[in-house]
Amino acid sequence: MVAFLIRRVFGMIIVLILVSFITYLIFFKLPGGGPNGVADRIAGKVATPQNIASIKQKLGLNHNVFVQWYDMMKQLLSGQLVSYYDQTNVVQQIKEGLPETFSLCIGAGIIWLGFGILVGVISAVKAGGFSDRSITALALIGISLPVAWLGLLLRYFFAGEGHFTWFPDGGYVPLTTSPWQWFYHLLLPWFTLAILFIGFYGRVLRSNILDTINEDFVRTAKAKGLSSRRILVKHTLRASLIPIVTLFGLDFAAVLGGGAIITEVVYQIHGVGYYAAQSIHSQDLPPLMGVTLYGAAFIVVFSTIVDVAYAYLDPRIRLT
Amino acid sequence: MEPLAPTQEEFTLDTAAELAAGESGSKIEGKSPWVLAGRRLRRNYAALGFLGVFLLVMLLCFVFAPIYSSHVSHIGPNDGNPSGFVHEHGQKIPILSQGGSTFLKNGTVVVTQGGVPIGPQWGASGGEYFFGADPIGRDVGTRLLYGGRNTLTIGLVSAVIATALSILLALIAAYFGGGADWIISRAFDLIWAFPVLLLGIALGTALNINGFHHTIIPSFWIFPGWTINIPAGSLWIPIAVIAFVFIPYIGRPLRGQVLALRNREFVEASTAQGAGSLRIMFTELLPNIASSVLVLFTLIVANAILTEVGLSFLGAGVQPPSASWGTMIADGQDVLASDPWLSLLPGIMITITVISLNIFGDGLRDALDPRAKVRLEH
Repeated sequence: MVAFLIRRVFGMIIVLILVSFITYLIFFKLPGGGPNGVADRIAGKVATPQNIASIKQKLGLNHNVFVQWYDMMKQLLSGQLVSYYDQTNVVQQIKEGLPETFSLCIGAGIIWLGFGILVGVISAVKAGGFSDRSITALALIGISLPVAWLGLLLRYFFAGEGHFTWFPDGGYVPLTTSPWQWFYHLLLPWFTLAILFIGFYGRVLRSNILDTINEDFVRTAKAKGLSSRRILVKHTLRASLIPIVTLFGLDFAAVLGGGAIITEVVYQIHGVGYYAAQSIHSQDLPPLMGVTLYGAAFIVVFSTIVDVAYAYLDPRIRLT
Repeated sequence: MEPLAPTQEEFTLDTAAELAAGESGSKIEGKSPWVLAGRRLRRNYAALGFLGVFLLVMLLCFVFAPIYSSHVSHIGPNDGNPSGFVHEHGQKIPILSQGGSTFLKNGTVVVTQGGVPIGPQWGASGGEYFFGADPIGRDVGTRLLYGGRNTLTIGLVSAVIATALSILLALIAAYFGGGADWIISRAFDLIWAFPVLLLGIALGTALNINGFHHTIIPSFWIFPGWTINIPAGSLWIPIAVIAFVFIPYIGRPLRGQVLALRNREFVEASTAQGAGSLRIMFTELLPNIASSVLVLFTLIVANAILTEVGLSFLGAGVQPPSASWGTMIADGQDVLASDPWLSLLPGIMITITVISLNIFGDGLRDALDPRAKVRLEH
């Protein structure tokens, strides 16, 4: 176990270093534009050669790729990386976005996990029946909806100037200011983000349950004379939920790491994803780089946590 | 593990799986798996119906778009007409409301907001602005068809590229094993470590700054060299970005499948007959994963379309003035309250297209492989 963890942490660090290097290449080498590519862009259209030279000097663009990358990472990790567009501090901006992103993602995560399990259990128990078929159909619609559109649709009908103005039209109120307003403002975004996952989780859980039902330990439980409810909850569901835990860990990490970007944009929640989205239009590279690395870090860390949790939940699996 | 017969039956519910379970004896004797799959698919009317819907959308966007533009709406997809008028029942209606105040006889003043585009005309103007105009006076119907063209092109082409490359990588990794497998698997892991949307945004934004101008192979001796030049705003940028992002999502499940086939007897037999690596990879292994490839391809097209919509919505995909269903949703979001159809129409098209692909993909999987579960790895 300890050896496993040490190896995984070591592997995580290597992956993150490579990810940061690739991100650096994507932003600073991929666009091309001649030897002064990046400096030209920052200096603008009416730059003098002196301007460009001073920018290159300032950003260390005269060094080779590895030195440039190392400098960039040093700036990022020490919290000194600034935006090229408005000179704001990237790490500071990401930190400011964290409460909003976390509020959005944790709430949505609870909703999609809870409803996903509910939906999956119902459709497995009633397999082949009407509720199973309608849940399958709804699940299919759920995974086929574009998030941006779903968000705007909900906003149009249930917020703003629609017929049922039950909800505020976007925005965010901090939990510390008013817990009720926080909840009220986030309800629509939570469901927007969760709907995509509910159907998918329900379908995965359904097929897991149907597979588990044929396993020996379920037959044993049945032979012992346990009630079918007890078999379902204590034996079948427990075993079927293990793959869901893996799935949830990875999806939750992806959502926390910027995967909720579209929901944040649609509902004007100024989280980390929103910050990245704002930087797209100004073609501001450092914020995008910061957010991408921040997201990758979440994914890498959570995948290790998931592996450990998996071994803990399923005694048949040993970490080596 | 021995399955319990009664529960197995109790929980079989897919029509295709039921059909497959009933297939025995003379029904399947001497028939190839493809014939059997075709038969199962033919009986799955839902899957076939939705394939029809998808083909209809394709027909509308690829064949009907220019006809609509030249004969019905009389305007190109990127042409705005902000100061123009629509003639309806002898009246001239401005395409964008001009704003101002009207003084009514009873003394009230009605203030109209300027710049609000006309809504759907439903044919009252002889086809012009059938679905209304957008805030700069472009015809929504025309843009919907041309935007669909771009969205579908990106979805299909990127899925073809991603699938072709992942087949190649999966075959190489699983067939040769060792160092090749290690490198390819680690590369998959590395792309996997990026959040999909953020990697797409990163690549899309970086490439749309100046386009892509790099020498892939420098010139030497008589070889002129190979330079790729893609201008910024080209459709190839979102295509390449989405294809790249999806490679590990197909490559990983395929590699697993090839790995399972790699040591089977038929491969050994082929090796014993003196077949080379290429021959084994493409004539022995590839046909055996073909059914999975087909299923994955359908699902990847659906996902690629959704990714394109996400990227274009955020501004990192298709670049203005070109239309795509994603950019159209974004164009409409600022005027959502007054002109909801701008965002709603492209969304409806996307949902119809993606649902059709997902249902057809499901049917295809049931037909090709009734008992197995080929899934996009998540």
